[in-house]
Amino acid sequence: METSCPLIKNILILDGEGKRIAVKYYGNEWATPGAQATFEKSVFSKTQRTNARGEAEIIMFDNVITVFKFVSDLHFYVTGNQDENELILVTVLQALFDAISLLLRNAVEKKTVLENLDLVLLTLDEIVDGGVILETEASVIASRVTMRGADSDLPLSEQTFTQALASAKEQIARSLLN
Amino acid sequence: MAAEQPQTAANAVRDTVKKDEDKEEEELSPFYGIEKGAVLQESRVFNDPQIDVRRCQQIITKLLYLLNQGDAFTKVEATEVFFSGTKLFQSKDINLRRMVYLMIKEICPSSDEVIIVTSSLMKDMNSKTDLYRSNAIRVLCNISRNDTALLSQVERYLKQAVVDKNSVVASAALVSGMHLLQGSPEIVKRWSNEVQEAVQSKNPLVQAHALALLHQIRQNDRLAVSKLVTSLTRSSVRSPLAQCLLIRYVSQVIAESSAATNGERPFYDFLEGCLRHKAEMVIFEAARAIANMNDVTTRELTPAITVLQLFLSSSKPVLRFAAVRTLNKVAMTHPLAVTNCNIDMESLISDQNRSIATLAITTLLKTGNESSVERLLKQITSFMSDIADEFKIVVVEAIKSLCLKFPQKYPVLMNFLSNILREEGGFDYKKAIVESILNLIRDIPDAKESGLSHLCEFIEDCEFTYLSTQILHLLGKEGPNTQDPAKYIRYIYNRVILENATVRASAVSALARFGAVVEYLQPRIIILLKRCLHDNDDEVRDRATFYLAALGAGETSAETSRPMLLSSLNKPLADLEANLRDYMMGGCDKTFDISCVSSTKPNLGPAPKAAGGAAAASKPGQNSAPEVPQADAYAEVLNEIPELADLGRLFKSSAPVELTEAETEYMVKCVKHVFPEHVVFQFSCSNTIEEQVLEDVSVVMEPTEGEELQEEFTLPLVSMPLNECGETYVCMKRAEGSFAVGKYACTLKFTVKEVDPSTGEAEEDGYEDEYQLEDIEVSVLDYLQKTAVSNFRKSWEDIDEEMEQTSVYGLGARESLQEAVEAVMEILGMQPCEGTEVVPPNARSHTSLLSGNFVGNCQVLVRLYFGVDQSNAVAVKVAVRCEDAAVSELVHQIISEA
Repeated sequence: METSCPLIKNILILDGEGKRIAVKYYGNEWATPGAQATFEKSVFSKTQRTNARGEAEIIMFDNVITVFKFVSDLHFYVTGNQDENELILVTVLQALFDAISLLLRNAVEKKTVLENLDLVLLTLDEIVDGGVILETEASVIASRVTMRGADSDLPLSEQTFTQALASAKEQIARSLLN
Repeated sequence: MAAEQPQTAANAVRDTVKKDEDKEEEELSPFYGIEKGAVLQESRVFNDPQIDVRRCQQIITKLLYLLNQGDAFTKVEATEVFFSGTKLFQSKDINLRRMVYLMIKEICPSSDEVIIVTSSLMKDMNSKTDLYRSNAIRVLCNISRNDTALLSQVERYLKQAVVDKNSVVASAALVSGMHLLQGSPEIVKRWSNEVQEAVQSKNPLVQAHALALLHQIRQNDRLAVSKLVTSLTRSSVRSPLAQCLLIRYVSQVIAESSAATNGERPFYDFLEGCLRHKAEMVIFEAARAIANMNDVTTRELTPAITVLQLFLSSSKPVLRFAAVRTLNKVAMTHPLAVTNCNIDMESLISDQNRSIATLAITTLLKTGNESSVERLLKQITSFMSDIADEFKIVVVEAIKSLCLKFPQKYPVLMNFLSNILREEGGFDYKKAIVESILNLIRDIPDAKESGLSHLCEFIEDCEFTYLSTQILHLLGKEGPNTQDPAKYIRYIYNRVILENATVRASAVSALARFGAVVEYLQPRIIILLKRCLHDNDDEVRDRATFYLAALGAGETSAETSRPMLLSSLNKPLADLEANLRDYMMGGCDKTFDISCVSSTKPNLGPAPKAAGGAAAASKPGQNSAPEVPQADAYAEVLNEIPELADLGRLFKSSAPVELTEAETEYMVKCVKHVFPEHVVFQFSCSNTIEEQVLEDVSVVMEPTEGEELQEEFTLPLVSMPLNECGETYVCMKRAEGSFAVGKYACTLKFTVKEVDPSTGEAEEDGYEDEYQLEDIEVSVLDYLQKTAVSNFRKSWEDIDEEMEQTSVYGLGARESLQEAVEAVMEILGMQPCEGTEVVPPNARSHTSLLSGNFVGNCQVLVRLYFGVDQSNAVAVKVAVRCEDAAVSELVHQIISEA
């Protein structure tokens, strides 16, 4: 349907070898793990050799448009319908990347992403809901992920965003190292 | 526990296989060696009375990691985790709660289990904390989308949430509303007022979500949508995303209203205004919307093209891609509007991003002129190997249409196609190339020989059976009529030696056609076919045997069987099959007589459906269908009618003309077929009344004005079928060299027999009746066919200058030069050559070249010199060259009478 609101088909975060770090598919286009693996393999191999380290890049194949960005050993992809406004897709990609950078204090690499996978999965959850774009402002997404302001013990004014982030990170780092 | 064992086993395997990678992996991933069974077991701590917050968060992350890696949980596993997970609502820790929300969405096993979390979620929906409320709304709506009963319980809260002052709550409710609209629309529709209020929100995303939901609620009510759009285009919509949505809705309203209103397009000013928005997203959405409008004019396009042109030189690849993709689409319909961007476009050919480069190239191919073809091809060749097959197909399509536009460039273009044919590529890509070459062979006569030899080389090394058989069939059809048919034999026979059975069989058929058509090759073909008699495949042997017999190498005489080789079997296959079945049942004591199978003659009353040719011919010429196959279909049908079979080669068939109003009792369409010395009128008649049977149907044609054609005979239709087409024909003789034009009054004559409603059978006796049809006009254009010439200048100079006839005509004031050119070409119905049908922007004069062929193979070339004066009045000088002066005069006559 041409007049529908913009929909995201999937968001992928893969590592430098094309292996999954975190992915989220919306809709039934790639319903089985096999279909998803095929898609990831093909999108990875088609984009692998491009230089998407500065500006986000774009590719169109199999009736979908994928915008992507590579940072250190990570590949970020956002896919939409081929009729979608490319600039909307890239806004989502940028929001994803910026929010994760904020949450990981710019240490965006496979190691930290895996160590803070819960934050990354929550970020995906806060950006898109069932294909509909939920929020595109990175700082807003990051504060929602860390539930800033939800803690009734600490009033909002007394806990800055960085503090909340630091305490969340600390908790998680500790729990994962246990 | 059993789960432990596979873990150690798996580790053992890994240890031995990749020791080196192991250490690296271990350092890198906190999930190294993670195993589902163990994690599931670990998840039992969710049930502990003292919740260890950090540990639980960690376990949830592990569970989600497993799910994310495609490790599916069984129903039992999911249920168990889900149940124990709900215990975590007891904890007050906010971050843990956030993870629990996520886990419920990911793991929720089925609607039966939902009930266990609903009370906790409903509690959170009433919480003072906004983030609890928003998450609880999303989770609850997510897991109970179709549970209308549950949703109506919480409806009140959702409605309130839509207008919540915190954007996270409002967005959660609105987005959930979009999802709920699928399963429980009536609930969401009751929020209309609240959603409308939310459209005014200051938060950009809330505004967008509200607008999207409001539109979805109203989308089936055109008037409401139109009202919504009108009011919003006047108010200030803040968020770029909301503005993009509004542009989409506006375009939809434009598309639906453009049919009704003429003149100024509604909302165009709004779209144009959006081109000056500060967000690129909005600018592009608006430019794209303008480019996609139905029947967009050049004036409307210009501002959109200007902003897209700016995007072409952006540093952002996504922006360049978006712009070039849109311009590429515009170039299909308005090549001239895009020519201004050609310089920017050319610099994109070397773009790092191959998708952008391909789109730039194909756009240039559409807008470029003849002189740039070679340069462009050189640039394309350099990157063909870098791009994906789907883009290569796009390039191939563009090359094909370019070649049809500039036929005299066929050697370079054909060469390019054959080069890429030799390179690596998938089936679809190769198919696209082969089909393009076939197209060129068909439409550009000069390209035939080189095209065929390229294809011959290709089948030497072709891995696709389908393509090989296609090409072999074409070689069999076209090869024998070329100058040196013998050279193809080797290529074809090589296939018999080297290929699989399917290809061998087609090769045998192709060889046989050479034998049948080219006399001097026949002995050699017979030797080759005899070798095929020992093939190990039945089909190949059968074909060889059959063709040997048909070529006269066996005992049957060649004279009777040769035609069978060259024409298709004009029997409906279903009938043939039925007859053969009967024959087999009957004991096979006599030879099977094929003449007892009813032929496809379409006027045999309730003709079998298998008369594919007739069905194709009776379809009104679809605009997109290429002309040639249509003509072929007609020729095939006419050839099967014995009385019409001797009229010679069909020269031209007109488009069908309706001779009756729509929705009348009888539907009659007429197609005029011009033969070298005859004109055949084919009337496709169809009865729409069930209560009567129409028999002995014919059309009587009375000349009313103009020169007469001599009526020779009429082929009546035995019975007019109900709601299907039956054909009756009138054949008229045309004196050679004359182009008789005139008008004929037509009357449909028939015998009516009433159908008895009780028995459904027609009565014995009928009465004669007639029905007045619209007049038929035969014009000069019926004798004139579009034909492409590959080198207009050469053909023009080949005709003696003395034969040229020139006149000047005034065309009056015209909207543009382009429009005048199109009007004259429409009148002449000839083939524009060398892309001269397109007038460059702002030109004050223009030359168009046209070519055509009159019946009797008389080539006509026309040069049109257009000029326009201050008051937009257009004058055209028409120069006609033709070997026959009378024909040149006819062309002038067409223009002066129009």
